[in-house]
Amino acid sequence: MITVQRSTVIDAPINEVWELLRDFNGHDSWHPAVASSVLDNEKRTDQIGAIRNFQLTSGERLREQLLSMSDKEHSFRYAIVESEIPLKNYVAEVSLKPITDGNATYWSWLSKFETPRGQEEELADLVAEGVYENGFEAIRSRVKNGTSGLSIALSDQDPLDGVAVTIDRYGGPEELYLAPVVIEAPAAGEVRIRQTAIGVNFIDVYCRSGYFDLLEPPGVPGMEAVGVIESVGVGVRYLSPGQRVGYACPPVGAYASIRTMKADLVFPLPDHLDDETAAAGLLKGMSAEFLLHRVHALKRGEIVLVYAPAGGMGRILCQWASHLGATVIGATSSEEKARIARAAGAHHVILPGSVSLEEQVRDLTKGHGADVIYDAVGKDSFSHSVAALANCGHLISFGQASGDIGSFDIGSLASRSATVSRPNFGHFTDTPEKVRAITDRLFSVLEKRIVSIEIGQTFPLSKASEAHRQLESRLTTGSSILIPDELVKGRK
Amino acid sequence: MAQVYVSSILSSSVEKVWAVIRDFNGLPNWTDFVAESRIEQDRPADQIGCVRAFRLKDGGFIRERLLALSDYDYSFSYSILESPMGVENYIATVKLLPITDGNRSFMEWTAEFDCAPERENELVTHIGENVFLGGINNLKDRLNT
Repeated sequence: MITVQRSTVIDAPINEVWELLRDFNGHDSWHPAVASSVLDNEKRTDQIGAIRNFQLTSGERLREQLLSMSDKEHSFRYAIVESEIPLKNYVAEVSLKPITDGNATYWSWLSKFETPRGQEEELADLVAEGVYENGFEAIRSRVKNGTSGLSIALSDQDPLDGVAVTIDRYGGPEELYLAPVVIEAPAAGEVRIRQTAIGVNFIDVYCRSGYFDLLEPPGVPGMEAVGVIESVGVGVRYLSPGQRVGYACPPVGAYASIRTMKADLVFPLPDHLDDETAAAGLLKGMSAEFLLHRVHALKRGEIVLVYAPAGGMGRILCQWASHLGATVIGATSSEEKARIARAAGAHHVILPGSVSLEEQVRDLTKGHGADVIYDAVGKDSFSHSVAALANCGHLISFGQASGDIGSFDIGSLASRSATVSRPNFGHFTDTPEKVRAITDRLFSVLEKRIVSIEIGQTFPLSKASEAHRQLESRLTTGSSILIPDELVKGRK
Repeated sequence: MAQVYVSSILSSSVEKVWAVIRDFNGLPNWTDFVAESRIEQDRPADQIGCVRAFRLKDGGFIRERLLALSDYDYSFSYSILESPMGVENYIATVKLLPITDGNRSFMEWTAEFDCAPERENELVTHIGENVFLGGINNLKDRLNT
């Protein structure tokens, strides 16, 4: 067995060097000995087990298989599985280490192999000098010329055609129309995602109508989607092409078949969560997490009033709040929706009747009132909510489906020593750490089936206006999602 | 768990650097902050589990246990048993790798430990810059003279 090791120092930060080396199928773009590299079918360049077919500039062909790769250790191992050069049992390891004293990179290339008798020295020299040392020099000159990652990443990645639901001005659902778009390659720190399912939320209606200024026409609404990473920009380390991911946050633009997004805002999805369920439940589920755990830390025994308990958001709040040990009262509009609310864990349901909402809540709670109220109705419900609160109760207003609440007299809260919160999704999800904490807890309750996401309506992306129409006319139950049209057809 | 990672390039061969740092009782020979060191119970300095007790020039007293030593990997690990720094579960590793291009060495010195959260930044900076990087720079001076 022959061991060959060569190591050097590259005067560039480790991320820059690793970006070039970790592309197992990309070594033909920098190594002078490799004329071309082609992957066997069905495996990605960073997928363990992938086999690259090298055609060397000297004419020989060989096949090498990726055995292991670690972004944490900045290393990978590979073996030659077939070769016209007689290297047998060849296993090599490429590993990088950061040099903190100088922001440079230590690079080691190590291999063990056997050769036919008499060719030991010749082949060891070929590996050490022809492959390793020449590789060092190629990378060294590339980072020196400033043509590392950036140009490679961009030259590999062409603009891609797609479609997006667009508005040219604020207005009703009829303003939404499907338009062709060209999505540029992801910039540094970005990923480009081929989307498979898109969530529809009431906030999209506010963006379309101009109530929120998150969208400046002409533009594309949409805050959450799921898909597969198509390509990554320079400096993206923890996501790679082929990975299944989701996001639920601004900037708007989710109503599209393909888009780019800051890598920091995107997270991998657990296997137990399918694309459509995730698209239907990420934004609502993440909202429920911070409403139940952060805006108010819900305690066992508290009495909770949830409006619209049969809707996508309301069902999640009912399920999760009752799991946390609260007594859940749902306020809804029909017997059918009441059934859905009860199935989601609401202990009591109140319907419009001869008696006001606040009186019904007091009747159900022996005069106590609701300790916590989750109210996204807004204008029509706000004063009833204040009246339905228990002393020292907490009214959490997180939406205004019926219209603006307008100004109200803060002195009126004194009748209950009440607290009012108006949380904004963006403030709870504006760092990767916050998003991870929220999604960890959400994925856990989804996996344990404490919370289930009901997909009530599925529309093709081209029918986004119909999805909005139904959402605004309260015709929906559960969550609504959009599916890019080409995937809808593909299913049949 | 706080982490410290410091690494540098030394212009001497791995064998030459290792010969200096392998001596677990040898800190006074190559650092400028250790005044004196001894191995407890008269054990050999390369016996796994031996404890070095040393006094810093600023007066601090530290006891560290040798957890691992590998001539094959040019590396050793140790834990802190007693120190004035206020750290717990402290484990550090020193490792050399050869740089064949120029017959030089890559040296990394890492540590993991627990401490009071408000002291973490201060301790990471102190250990990384004063102890590890300071030590490596002392080692470079020592090897070049």
